[in-house]
Amino acid sequence: MGKLIVQRLGLGVVTLALVSVLVFAGTELLPGDVAAAILGQNATPESLAALREQLGLNAGPVARYLGWAAGIVQGDLGVSLANRQPVGELLWPRFWNTMALAGYAAVIAVPLAVGLGIASAAFRGSLFDRVATLVALATVSLPEYFLGLLLILFVSVQYGLLPSLADTWSGMGLAAWLKATTLPMLVLVLVTVAQIMRMTRTTVLAVMDQPYIETAYLKGMRNGRVVLRHAAPNALAPIVNVVAFNLTYLIAGVVLVESIFNYNGLGRFMVDAVSKRDLPMVQAAAMVFAAVYVVLNLVADVAAIALNPRLRHPRAKEV
Amino acid sequence: MSHVLEIRDLRVEAPNGAVLLHGVSLDLNPGEVLGLIGESGAGKSTIGLASMGYGRGGCRITGGEIRLVGTEMREASRKTREALRGTRIAYVAQSAAAAFNPAMRLDTQILEVPLLHGLMPEAEARAWMLELFRALQLPDPEHFGARYPHQVSGGQLQRAMIAMAMAGKPDILVLDEPTTALDVTTQIEVLALLREMIRRYGTAALYITHDLAVIAQIADRLMVLRHGREVETGPTAALLEAPQQDYTRALVSERRESLGAVSGAHHRTGKALLSVEKVTASYGQTPVLHDVSLTLKRGETLAVVGESGSGKSTLARLVSGLLPPRAGTVTFDGASLPPRFRDRSPAQLRRIQLVYQLPDVALNPRQSVGEAIGRPLALFRGLRGKALADEVVRLLEQIGLPADFAARLPSALSGGQKQRVCIARALAAEPELMICDEVTSALDPLVAEEILRLLRKLQDELVMTYLFITHDLSVVQRLADRVMVMQKGRVVETGETAALFADPQAPYTRRLLDAVPQLRTDWLDEVMAAR
Amino acid sequence: MTLPVFGRLPLSALLGLLIVTATAALFLFGPMLAPFGQEEVLGTPFADPSAGHLLGLDQNGRDMLSRLLYGARMSVGVSLAAVLISFCIGVPLGFLAALNGGWPDLVGARLIDVIMSIPVLISALVVLQALGSSLPVLIGTIALLDSTRVFRLSRVVAQGIVVMEYAEVARLRGEGLWWMLRREILPNALPPLLAEFGMRFCFTFLFVAGLSYLGLGVQPPFADWGGMVRDNQQGILYGLYAPLFPAGAIALVTIGVNLVVDWALAGRTTVQGENR
Repeated sequence: MGKLIVQRLGLGVVTLALVSVLVFAGTELLPGDVAAAILGQNATPESLAALREQLGLNAGPVARYLGWAAGIVQGDLGVSLANRQPVGELLWPRFWNTMALAGYAAVIAVPLAVGLGIASAAFRGSLFDRVATLVALATVSLPEYFLGLLLILFVSVQYGLLPSLADTWSGMGLAAWLKATTLPMLVLVLVTVAQIMRMTRTTVLAVMDQPYIETAYLKGMRNGRVVLRHAAPNALAPIVNVVAFNLTYLIAGVVLVESIFNYNGLGRFMVDAVSKRDLPMVQAAAMVFAAVYVVLNLVADVAAIALNPRLRHPRAKEV
Repeated sequence: MSHVLEIRDLRVEAPNGAVLLHGVSLDLNPGEVLGLIGESGAGKSTIGLASMGYGRGGCRITGGEIRLVGTEMREASRKTREALRGTRIAYVAQSAAAAFNPAMRLDTQILEVPLLHGLMPEAEARAWMLELFRALQLPDPEHFGARYPHQVSGGQLQRAMIAMAMAGKPDILVLDEPTTALDVTTQIEVLALLREMIRRYGTAALYITHDLAVIAQIADRLMVLRHGREVETGPTAALLEAPQQDYTRALVSERRESLGAVSGAHHRTGKALLSVEKVTASYGQTPVLHDVSLTLKRGETLAVVGESGSGKSTLARLVSGLLPPRAGTVTFDGASLPPRFRDRSPAQLRRIQLVYQLPDVALNPRQSVGEAIGRPLALFRGLRGKALADEVVRLLEQIGLPADFAARLPSALSGGQKQRVCIARALAAEPELMICDEVTSALDPLVAEEILRLLRKLQDELVMTYLFITHDLSVVQRLADRVMVMQKGRVVETGETAALFADPQAPYTRRLLDAVPQLRTDWLDEVMAAR
Repeated sequence: MTLPVFGRLPLSALLGLLIVTATAALFLFGPMLAPFGQEEVLGTPFADPSAGHLLGLDQNGRDMLSRLLYGARMSVGVSLAAVLISFCIGVPLGFLAALNGGWPDLVGARLIDVIMSIPVLISALVVLQALGSSLPVLIGTIALLDSTRVFRLSRVVAQGIVVMEYAEVARLRGEGLWWMLRREILPNALPPLLAEFGMRFCFTFLFVAGLSYLGLGVQPPFADWGGMVRDNQQGILYGLYAPLFPAGAIALVTIGVNLVVDWALAGRTTVQGENR
């Protein structure tokens, strides 16, 4: 088992390296000249040549990639084209803002959704299950901005309970921060709870379909024990996968939610960078998003291995 | 109240409204073993589960009475039913591998019954489990319970399942094909132990099986079922000696009689059609065949027998070119055969045809019978239009299906009919060698017998050569000219069928032959006494 | 998977089919039904609904209903085109990979895994910043990114079919590639692929709208639902419903398709202990 986990970790590192190649290729090798993009109308052949030299654009793509990747490994994310500041200084505070918002949503969404999913599977076909399933189906279909606008309309505009803009600044108190971020958090919770609930329900039902569940019922075990003691341990690894999958979704969903509420996070940062075609910023933000993605999937993989009884108790002891 | 179980007019319906049981009644005395026998779809398992007040997969009990040790199960509350399950009546499933929870230790699952039902204190329950492990001759009984299901062998797991059922000291065991998934040599052990357990603890049992010879060893009475109705019931010996109903008679004679003397001998030309020379094969790093050789003459039937893991099916894949050998050669009609089917000529592909065990997955569900049979006709023989349609009809006739079946999809066919279509598809290529890989194993006995008769008929008409892969020695005896016995990838013994059955040379062959249940009530006693 | 009997249609599926039909009609005839042009300025911004303008006017004083009708074709059309292209790329490649196996299959699958380890939205942003957002770039980018998922599913489905014995029989008969793809794999892979088509459409539809909402999708002057939400968003702060019309339209279409897909996939498993 240990060997398998080390293998997975190694695979994660390889994936990250390949992702960096893709991000670099996607941004740099596509048509369009960065120097021309920066200078725009003011470009003269001389200024273009000078800027290319300055940006190191005259080197071959492999050399430029290696230089860029070496920078990342050392924590140097490059310099913004738009305002000449180091990307790292601009990016990390916003990254932590995004993580805080996503974390706030996840802490509430995950236990709620997994609990609802298990309950809905345990009482399959009941009124609760049918209502929950239908509501979940409707909620996964609702775009973030629809939910967001509805919340703003009712909660902020009509009743003035919470602010419509998620204004945060460093050094603000926790209570103020929570108040500012509760609406975006609610939107993220709504879209992820429905999805996690649906997938958890399916996962638990797949386990409930197994013959050993029937065996437990035929031994006279009560429903609660069958679900919690017989089904849940086997559903755990797939549920971890479901949660990880949806957390990655949450990270991407953050981009939209940040735009709705004008939240100062990495998602809006990246969208702005794309609009301004600020290449180093886009590259850095994409790498950070991808890294979070890869790490989350890695955690899920390792957890799934660690939770698999066949791997936890190898066959070696066979008689 | 002398019966431990009384069932009156039991009706069970499937979720789609199909009636699985049309009013079946039975009584079970304390300590008595009642055998429920019938083909698939007869409703035997449904009765077993209904007697526990349980409907599988959404099936509902819609009528009748089920009185379990005095309690009417249909009227009882869920709590009452739960309290009775495991303590008064317990279930043993066909596949213990699927019936045990992979995430829990064996002892946890076994002790759950006495402990959660509050039958005895934990120390007593453990002692009882240990006694059961010993009685079931499980290895290292003190530590056996600490294992997880995937850490023990199939035969051991089936015995652990029996221990789990006995853990609550029930009055009745529902045994649902408890030995069917096991190899013959393992089956006999489990069967003997099971009978010993039932006798020692005076437990009554409903023993569900499709195998008359197995049930003959253990049941006091037999109930024959068909299509959800009782055919007849009677004491085991009497019922086997003098069955009253035609259906029972057919079941008994299928096990008793062979297809008549093997007639293949006169077809043999003496010229080898297929010869396999010293082949070795492996899946990845795992070797599965060691130095296997065989020759097959034109018009002959060679049966390759062995238990699971013997390499017999690998041999079929090797000859058909699906698995190239590591070493050795295959020669067909005097010419060397390329190891991979991709490298073989269309003629070579045409001359060797394969028929599979599971007709369900061997037919494309989206192609009609006519398309399935017609494709080889078009591909190998260039038939088109009316000529093709006529030939499809002729082939359907040859395998005993009406012409209008050509338009049907496989889903509208029974298992036996599907297997006939598979045979017709193979015949359409006009093969010289047919490889039959467990072609009757997935079929009910009477259907399987018809398929065997069909294969024999075709051999007589077309001078067909068969390489017959099977684990079922009764099939071998009825069909094969010669037999090759395999074990763990090696050839143990080869010989003429009659001679090999009469006087097996290798000890393994003898063990294998001895383990085949015979349709006499005293067979198991004789075998166990001889040990 | 076979579709349940049509006569016993559950209410939710009926609703879904209704919405899908209506969406198809809007896609085909929407612009013809529009009372006004999509660029016509007719009055003051954010004018309230009136008899002439059932949904009021937008932030530039254009008729909301007309823009919604024009936008239907754009929003649905872009998504439909992207999904169709992604299936045309992903399905054949997935089938081929499953059928031929070997190292191209393994390398391809690994590469797809890597591409999929970047969030789609992020990949799309990267490409759009390099190429700028025009309709062909938008459709092409989404189609290519989506085709990785289609490839993965097609490959898995086809792998399940290729190991079936009927496929083995066909190979042993010496059937060529075309027969294997067309007659053995495709008919059996169709039901799961159709369901996937519905789900991918939902996803892409939301995705296109999301990009437009971020200002990176369909560009003015074309009306499209996601962009309309963005344009009218300020209205919400004054308690106006304007942005909710396009947002609600997006939600409704997605719910409709989801209901149909859910119905098509439903009822495949039974659970033990149902009648205990």
